[in-house]
Amino acid sequence: MANGNGNGGLTTRMRAAVKEVGDRLGNSQVMTSIFRPGSVFRKGYTDSPRNRSYVIMNNVLYHLHPVKVKRHAVKVSYTLCLGGLSFFLFILLTVTGIFLMFFYRPTEALAWSNVQQIETAVWFGSLVRNMHRWAAHFMVLTVFLHMSRVFYHGAYKPPREFNWVIGVILLTLTLLLSFTGYLLPWDQLALWAVTVGTNMMGYTPVFGGQVRYALLGSNEISGETLLRWYTLHVLLLPFVIVIFMAVHFWRVRKDGGISGPL
Amino acid sequence: MPEIPEHLLRRSRERRKALGLPTGEEGEATEAAEAPGSTAAAPEATAPAAPAGGEGAGGEGGGEGAGGEEQPASVGGIPAHLLERSRRRRAAAAGGGAPAAAAAAAPAAATAVAPPPAMTGPGGHTQRLLTVVKSGSIQQTRAEAQDKVHTWPHLLVVEFAATLAVSAVLFLFSAIVRAPLLSLADVNQTPNPSKAPWYFLGLQELLTMFHPMVAGVTIPGMGIFLLIVAPYIDRNPSPKPQDRRFAISLFTIFLLFWAVLVIIGSFFRGTGFNFVFPWNDGVFFEL
Repeated sequence: MANGNGNGGLTTRMRAAVKEVGDRLGNSQVMTSIFRPGSVFRKGYTDSPRNRSYVIMNNVLYHLHPVKVKRHAVKVSYTLCLGGLSFFLFILLTVTGIFLMFFYRPTEALAWSNVQQIETAVWFGSLVRNMHRWAAHFMVLTVFLHMSRVFYHGAYKPPREFNWVIGVILLTLTLLLSFTGYLLPWDQLALWAVTVGTNMMGYTPVFGGQVRYALLGSNEISGETLLRWYTLHVLLLPFVIVIFMAVHFWRVRKDGGISGPL
Repeated sequence: MPEIPEHLLRRSRERRKALGLPTGEEGEATEAAEAPGSTAAAPEATAPAAPAGGEGAGGEGGGEGAGGEEQPASVGGIPAHLLERSRRRRAAAAGGGAPAAAAAAAPAAATAVAPPPAMTGPGGHTQRLLTVVKSGSIQQTRAEAQDKVHTWPHLLVVEFAATLAVSAVLFLFSAIVRAPLLSLADVNQTPNPSKAPWYFLGLQELLTMFHPMVAGVTIPGMGIFLLIVAPYIDRNPSPKPQDRRFAISLFTIFLLFWAVLVIIGSFFRGTGFNFVFPWNDGVFFEL
């Protein structure tokens, strides 16, 4: 019992000390310059409707979310988080992709051995490459399922028609990003999968041959193709998809937020 | 010039006349003369009180006017013509008001005996109706309020949990399952079978049935085109499943069509892209 009392006093004192340190930190100029009013990291945050609004309004997240959302939008069973998870996977793919870029050279002679070194000689290289590949496949799936979800809820109907169009463009861009990345390991799987894919492209009427040549950089898949697809994969397509994503997210809010319940 | 209601113009003319000011156009003057005396009498009776009070409180040199009576020239930055007008109105209110009240009918005289407080109308109101703006012309009434919750914490907590869950699953899966890396690419050694990435295997499956231009360009092109124009073709405004059986059936067929093709292309195609059963001949599939 005496022990328990002693512990209780110690806990109270420790709690008070932690609180004081927290208050001092939360009130310091550094913290108040980083976190805007209403932030949970500032001193004196209390759970009030005003502060709940401030958390969003004084946060970069205000670009994505309004201060309040419809109650049914919070239910996971309505959206299954598919759109948000597609975006999250895109961020994960960007992070893991940048990591892989440190060790990869898009040339015929080095690409495959670089990937092998990532697998064997780089710390966490294998894990990061695995994550990049599986996240890419998973993202194709989530984007596709997101589209299906939107269709079944009739969420493409006015005023959201144009955002659906942007969504279809985003699906196409996702497939292109995945497909261009498929070639980069420069193994037999990559080479021949891309051969099958690009042969189909060559059958486009009128300008099929030119399109294929422009994409491959030669008549057959070669080192030129590798460089082109690498540039498409790490620069051009991400740049384009980010612009379309920005418009997509902006339109979600401008068109009245998430669509209503059925 | 904005449209000024007729009754306001008339009242303005009557007051100006009562104050001995020029009424503007001659045509209006005759019009005012035509107005029946009984209707003109009531405003005239109140006219002396209201303008006098208005001028006294107004910033148009009312206060300065007292000092300005000795000096007609501009004083304290107030133009001479304004001072002049102020003095004339004061004179009209003091001298001209009494005859007007005397000339008015008996009920009007009663109001002159007990004049209403300054700055008020005949009924004692302190405001004047200028015009009636119909509701809806300048503001719209929205539909009833929606049931909403704060994004923080309700939505952000859900999103955070979802991202954590996906990260954990992806991390564990990547720690266990290795991404394929076959031997170095060799243009002279075609693997059998050669398969496209899984999401294109539906198209590759179509290649076995149609000309490459149809399977590789026309059908996927049509598919994307139809997806893009879908919201413009579907004119049914209802999002309820029971109201859109046709659209839902069509989309489900579309999804199943691709799913079946991708599954066949992935697991039921073996050497030479011939049809095989995976439980007999094994799986020819790499992700």
